[in-house]
Amino acid sequence: MQVPRYQGPAPHVLKRDTSEEKGEEARMSSFIGALALCDLVKTTLGPKGMDKILQSASGDIIVTNDGATILKSVSIDNAAAKILVDISKTQDDEIGDGTTSVCCLAGELLREAEKLLDAKIHPQLVVSGYRIAANAAQKALQEAAMDHGANFEQLKQDLFYIAKTTLSSKLLAQSRDHFAKMAVEAVLRLKGSTNLDHIQFIKKTGGNLSDSYLDEGFILEKTLGVGQPKRVENAKILIANTPMDTDKIKVYGARVRVDSYNKVAEIEEAEQKKMLEKCQKILNHGINCFVNRQLIYNRPEQFFTDHGIMAIEHADFDGVERLALVTGGEVVSTFDHPELVKLGHCGLIEESMIGEDRVIRFSNCAAKEACTIVLRGANKQILDEAERSLHDALCVLSQTVNHSKVVYGGGSAEMLMAKAVDEVAKTIPGKQSLAVEGFARALRAIPTIVADNAGFDATELISEMRAAHQKGEKEAGIDIQNGILGNMAKLHVLESFKLKSYMVSSATEAAEMIIRVDDIIKAAPRRREE
Amino acid sequence: MSLIFDEYGRPYIILQEQERKTRIKGLDAIRSNITAARTLARTLTTSLGPKGMDKMLQSQDGDVTVTNDGATILKEMDVENQVAKLMVELAQSQDDEIGDGTTGVVVLAGALLEQALILLDRGIHPTKISEGFDKACEVCLDKLEQISQKIEFNENSYDDLVKAAMTTMSSKVVNRYSQQLAEICIKAIFSVADFERKDINLDLIKVEGKVGGTLEDSVLVNGIVLDKDVSHPQMPKAVDNAKICILTCPFEPPKPKTKHKLDIDSVEKYRDLQKAEQEYFRDMVQRVKDSGANVVLCQWGFDDEANHLLYQNGLLAVRWVGGVEIELVAMATHGRIIPRFSEISEKKLGRAGKVREVSLGTTHDHVIFIEDCANSKAVTIFLRGGSKMAVDEAKRSVHDALCQVRNLIRDQRIVYGGGSSEIACSLAVSEFADKVSGVEQYAIRCFADALDAIPSALADNSGLSSLETLGALKAAQTKQNNSRLGVDCLGLGTLDMKEQNVYETLLSKKQQIQLATQLVKMILKIDDVIGPTDALT
Repeated sequence: MQVPRYQGPAPHVLKRDTSEEKGEEARMSSFIGALALCDLVKTTLGPKGMDKILQSASGDIIVTNDGATILKSVSIDNAAAKILVDISKTQDDEIGDGTTSVCCLAGELLREAEKLLDAKIHPQLVVSGYRIAANAAQKALQEAAMDHGANFEQLKQDLFYIAKTTLSSKLLAQSRDHFAKMAVEAVLRLKGSTNLDHIQFIKKTGGNLSDSYLDEGFILEKTLGVGQPKRVENAKILIANTPMDTDKIKVYGARVRVDSYNKVAEIEEAEQKKMLEKCQKILNHGINCFVNRQLIYNRPEQFFTDHGIMAIEHADFDGVERLALVTGGEVVSTFDHPELVKLGHCGLIEESMIGEDRVIRFSNCAAKEACTIVLRGANKQILDEAERSLHDALCVLSQTVNHSKVVYGGGSAEMLMAKAVDEVAKTIPGKQSLAVEGFARALRAIPTIVADNAGFDATELISEMRAAHQKGEKEAGIDIQNGILGNMAKLHVLESFKLKSYMVSSATEAAEMIIRVDDIIKAAPRRREE
Repeated sequence: MSLIFDEYGRPYIILQEQERKTRIKGLDAIRSNITAARTLARTLTTSLGPKGMDKMLQSQDGDVTVTNDGATILKEMDVENQVAKLMVELAQSQDDEIGDGTTGVVVLAGALLEQALILLDRGIHPTKISEGFDKACEVCLDKLEQISQKIEFNENSYDDLVKAAMTTMSSKVVNRYSQQLAEICIKAIFSVADFERKDINLDLIKVEGKVGGTLEDSVLVNGIVLDKDVSHPQMPKAVDNAKICILTCPFEPPKPKTKHKLDIDSVEKYRDLQKAEQEYFRDMVQRVKDSGANVVLCQWGFDDEANHLLYQNGLLAVRWVGGVEIELVAMATHGRIIPRFSEISEKKLGRAGKVREVSLGTTHDHVIFIEDCANSKAVTIFLRGGSKMAVDEAKRSVHDALCQVRNLIRDQRIVYGGGSSEIACSLAVSEFADKVSGVEQYAIRCFADALDAIPSALADNSGLSSLETLGALKAAQTKQNNSRLGVDCLGLGTLDMKEQNVYETLLSKKQQIQLATQLVKMILKIDDVIGPTDALT
C-alpha cells in the first residue's frame, strides 16, 4: 500500500550542519577518501620510492619517506581516510615499519572492492571473500616462514639482512651495510627487551652520514661542572633523582614566619646546612661521580668539586634511566642507606667532543643494556630522517629478536600469498570467489607499485614473477638494482614475518570496516570558543 | 503560528514570544512526528542482521566511530528532534535492560509508525490505533511464550550458549572470530555467575581494550588488567604470590581538610620539621613493608622520595590507579581498601597468584596483569585489534554478547532468530485480527504487517527479494506448522533456524515488542507541537 506522505515542512532530525551520506554516496565518499590517501603515500613505497616534503603551519620542514610520519602530518577530514591513518599508526606502534605498505594494501583492497561493488556484488560477500583470502594468505605466509631463532649466529645474520632490507627504502640506502650492522648490534644489546628508549640517538650536524657510529659506551649530552675533574677512571656512579637546590617542605601549610632579619639569616643558614648534609650523605656512598636528573645548584656543585666528585646535572629522565641500565646502578632519591644502594660502575668517564660540542662519554661500562648511536649528516632534515629510518629498523629488529620468523622480501612474500589465494579462489563456488581473486590482485599490486616506483616495466616483471612462483620458485622477487627477476635467497632480501602477517591482517580489517559502511553521519565541527 | 484576533483586530497573545513560535496541531503534528521517527528507523534498517551494514559516524571533534550497534549509532547521531530523541531513548532502554536487539526495536517501532500513518489516513482515531496495537502486542507475547524453547547448559557443556552469543556477534565486524569470543564471554560469565540466585554482576567482568595486535590475540584474563605501569623503572616486573596493599591515601604528610597554618620561627623548629617530614615517609613505607605486602597499588601519586623508598624495600608499586579499578582489584583479591596508613594490617592485604607488567609493541606501552586472584570471580576480557575503531567495536560486541549470555542464565528460554519468531507472531496476530470486531481489527492487522518489517529488512539486507521471501516463509510456516523457519541470510541452504543456530533470548524479543508498542502509543498521543520557529522548519 502506498504510504501517505506528510505534507508539512520536513522535521529536523539531526542537529544543524550535521551531514548524512547514505548508500552509494557514502560508499563513494569513503572509497575516494581512502584511495586518495593511498595514492598519496604510494609513491614512497619500495627502495626506489620518493620522499615527501611536509611543511607545517609554523614553517618547519620534514623530508621523509616514512609512511606513518607522512600520514600523521596530513590533517584529514575524511572518515575512511582516518581509519587508514589509524592502522598505519598502529602498525608503527606495533612493528615500527611497513606503515606505507599497510596503507597501500588496504587501499588496493578497496580499489578491488570498488570494482566488485560496481558489478553489483553485495558488500558483505566481498567482506567474506576477503576473509577467506586473508586466511589463505596467512597460512601460506606461515608455511613459507623460516625460523632461525635457535641458532644465534644465523639469527644475527637474518637480523642484518632484515635491517638492510628495511633501510634500503630509506635515505640511508647508500651506507646501509654500515647502518644495518649498527642497528643489529644495538638491538642485540637490549637482550630481548623491546624498549627502544634505551637506544639513544645523538644527532650532530656536520660530517657525512657514513661517519655515524654506535658508541661502545654511553654518551650524555651534558657539560661538566666548573673546575671538576674532566676524566675519572674506575668511576663509581650514583644516579639520583632528587632536588639539589633546596628541599621543598612537604608538610602542608608550613611557612616560615620570623620576627627579625637575624632569624631570616639563621633559617637561610639552616637551609643551606640541610643541603650540605644531603651532599654529605651522598658523599658517604663512596662515589666519584654523581648524576642527577634535576638541577644541581652552585653550592652543592662546589661541595662536590671540593671533594673531587664529578657532578652532572639535569640529565633528562630517559638519560637517567638509560645510564642506570648501562652502568648497572639504580636511580636513587633518598640517601640514608648507602649500604642498600647499588652504584653504577664504568671504566672511564671523560669529556669528549663530537663535532664542536662537548659531551660526556661513559666507556667500559658494567652492564651494556643501553647504547648511543651518534648520527652525523649535512643538515637537520637529513639527521631527522636518518633517525626515523634507523628507528624503524630498530623497531623491526627488536620485534624480530622475539619473533624470529622471517620471510623473503622483494615482493616474493606477496606473490607467494597471492598464489595461495588464487588457488583457494578456484575451490570456492559462488560470488565470493571473485572477491578472493580481487584480494590476490591487491596483494600483487604491492610489488607492482614497488616496480613502478623504480621505473621498471612492472607489468612484465610481475607476470614473470607470477610465472616463476607458479613453477614453485618461492624465492623469486624483484632485483631492484637491476630491474630483473632475482632470487631473494641469494640477494639476501629478508623481511620480518610478523611485519608481513600484521600488514595483511590489519589491512584486511580496515578494508572490511570501510566496505561495510553504508551511511556516514558527520557532525559539524565544534566551534572554537571565541 | 495561527493567531486569534479580538473584535478590534488585535491578536490575543497566549504564549510568550508567540510570534516567534511555530505550532503544528492535530493530524499534522502526528504526521510530522512519525516522519521524524521513521527517518531514524530507516537509517538503522540497513544495519539489521548478519548482512547488515555499518555506519560511520564522525563526532564534532573529528573522532570516527564505525559501528553496527543500534544504540551506539543513535547516541552518536546527535539528534535534535524531540520525537527522534524518544527513539534514541528507546534504543538506550533496550540496551540497558537487555543489552542486545537495539537495532531491532527501533526498526520495529519505525514499522509500527508507518502502519499507524496508513490507519490515520483512513480516518481511524489515534486512541483506537493504540488500543488495537495493545491487543496485538498481548497476542505476540503469548505466541512468543508458546514457541519459546528451553535450552540446557551447564559449566561443561554450553554449546547452545555459544550459539546464542555467536548470533549476537554475527552482525558485527568481529564475526570472523565470533566462536572464540563467544567462548571467552561464556567463560567470563561462568566465572562470575551465581547460579543459585541466577544473578550475574557484569561489573565484575572488566572489558579492557588496547590498540595493537589482532583480534585473535584477545584473551580472557583470570584477574584484572590495569592500563598502568610500574612507578619506578627498576622495580621488579613480576611478583609471584603477591600480597597487595590497596591504598586510597597518598604517600604524603597528613593534610587536614580544615585550613591551617604552621608557622616556623626558629632554626630548631625548621630542623624538627625536616626530621618529622622524613619520619613520615619512612614510617609510611615501613608500615606497608611490615604488613608483608609486596605489591602496592595507590589511588594517588607519590613523589620521587616515596617512590625510591618503596623501590628500596623491594616493593612493586603502581600509582594513579582509578577508583573503579581499585574496587575491582579489592574485590578480586579479597583485599580491603585501606584509607589510612595506620590501618594497614596483614589481614587486609589482597592476594593474587601473579602480578606482572607486560610491554606491548614498540612504544613502551605497558599494562599490568593481576592474575590468579584469591577470588576467582573477577575476570577481564582483554581485547586487541588493528585500529582504535576496531577495538571499540569489539568492546561493544563483547558487551552485547555478555548481556545475551547473562539473560540466558536468568531465563533459559530462547526463540529462534532470522525473523522466524516475528513471522510466527505476525501469523498469530493476523489470525487474531479476524476475531476482533470493531475498528481495532484494522489496527491489529496493521500490527501484523509491521512485524513483517523485520524479516523483510533481513531479506533486503541479504540481497534477497523481500516480498518473495516473506511470502514463501509465511506459507511454509503455516504449511509445516514450524515456527523455526526464518530468512536464510547467510545462504546456507536451510530455512530452519535451529539448524542455522540462530538463537535469540525470549526476554529480548518480548522486551523489543513491548518497548516498541509503548513508544508508538506515546507518539500517537501527541497532537500538538509548539517550538521555536527554526526547530520545525
